[in-house]
Amino acid sequence: MCLAIPGKVEEITIEGDLRVGRVNFGGVVKRVCLDYVPEVEVGDYTIVHVGFALSKIDEETALKTLEDFRAMGMLEEELASEEEAFARAAARPQSNCPDGSCSTERQ
Amino acid sequence: MKYLTEFRNGEIAQRMAREIAAVTTRPWKIMEVCGGQTHSIIKNGIDQMLPAGIEMIHGPGCPVCVTPLELIDKALVIAAQPGVIFCSFGDMLRVPGTEGDLFHVKGKGGDVRVVYSPLDAVELAVKHPDKQVVFFGVGFETTAPANAMSVHVAKRRGLSNFSLLVSHVLVPPAISAILSAPGQKIDGFLLAGHVCSVMGYWEYPPLAAKYKVPLVVTGFEPLDLLDGIRRTVIQLEAGRHEVENAYERIVRFEGNQGAQKLLAEVFEVTDRAWRGIGVIPRSGWRLSEAYREFDAEERFQISGIHTEESPLCHSGDVLRGVIKPAECAAFGEECTPRHPLGATMVSNEGACAAYYNYGRFISAEELAGVKSS
Repeated sequence: MCLAIPGKVEEITIEGDLRVGRVNFGGVVKRVCLDYVPEVEVGDYTIVHVGFALSKIDEETALKTLEDFRAMGMLEEELASEEEAFARAAARPQSNCPDGSCSTERQ
Repeated sequence: MKYLTEFRNGEIAQRMAREIAAVTTRPWKIMEVCGGQTHSIIKNGIDQMLPAGIEMIHGPGCPVCVTPLELIDKALVIAAQPGVIFCSFGDMLRVPGTEGDLFHVKGKGGDVRVVYSPLDAVELAVKHPDKQVVFFGVGFETTAPANAMSVHVAKRRGLSNFSLLVSHVLVPPAISAILSAPGQKIDGFLLAGHVCSVMGYWEYPPLAAKYKVPLVVTGFEPLDLLDGIRRTVIQLEAGRHEVENAYERIVRFEGNQGAQKLLAEVFEVTDRAWRGIGVIPRSGWRLSEAYREFDAEERFQISGIHTEESPLCHSGDVLRGVIKPAECAAFGEECTPRHPLGATMVSNEGACAAYYNYGRFISAEELAGVKSS
């Protein structure tokens, strides 16, 4: 749940009182608030948690991390659309720890 | 199972594991604080690569697992009210309260939605001025900047139909609580990398000095974790207890100061109950006076809801390494993975559930026997 995913900022717009970026996470694009990373420009990579950019990172780190998180199956969960996320959560059995971050059984 | 490290970075990982083995002369217990790190350790078989005697203890770092039953019950009551749009991250949807879960509330006609970001909930409030939009804000310091911004934006825009049901928990007081317990046995900690990307690690040197434990800021990828463990063991073997940053490419000492500034404005420190562990003083955030009007607990007048947790649970002692899961009277009786009483049984990788499911959490001596057999 506390995972921040690296993505590339493709476009920055001002939406009312917020600085909002279109951020591409290896193919999935999300709207992300950039207010906490004023130094980030178009073309930069940043790590993002629940729609908020938290820290700028270099491209090499970003790409390697994305690849590792994908291999660990951590991306689908974080980047699902709202409908997917709801369907995914609803399909699970009732559980006190449904979050993939800690409920991983050894396969 | 095939671990990921068997086909990714396998060689470097094996070399780092050998390096750890080479410097290890005696058993050490190391706790990784964050649930994301636990996931990666298990998924990549990191714990299986370590020398016998280096034991990874899974910390209380899953925010869902440590959320008290009482807060879930409050969420269910609010979500069931007519005229409410109740927004949450997906992971809270099937967490059981005393009766049912958010998914059941939706099935009975409640408007329960999963959102990607708390700002999406603010937008729903703008779009539906006739509804009360509530966001369920649970999490550690990593999630707090998002929730802080949502309520800050709601205030700036004068939204009277947005509120937060908020229960933030903090890493440093949890580490203090674990280390200050009599008989605790944790020798060192891997600090949660993404928590530190927000908060930096300036809060930790006093903890390392007071309790004489190494604290190493660590990432989530297999090599990051092995590096964090390696640096912790090197410090322990040398008798050092410092704060070290093994995640320099993401984490700076001072953290994200813009985020910390807004957090200080929107939240204030408060006592928080951790499921199965009990109340830890000054271990969480609640909305500050200036933002109290956005507190869902006040808006919906649910502060009268009190849910008692089972007095049988000794999660806290298990977390501190004081007792083994099987030494708890409720273990396997009143408390099982299907009907967990506390945080360490709630999470499948919590010490109790893991002990129950795989019998993996055994003593270092036994572990040595298992590994050599």
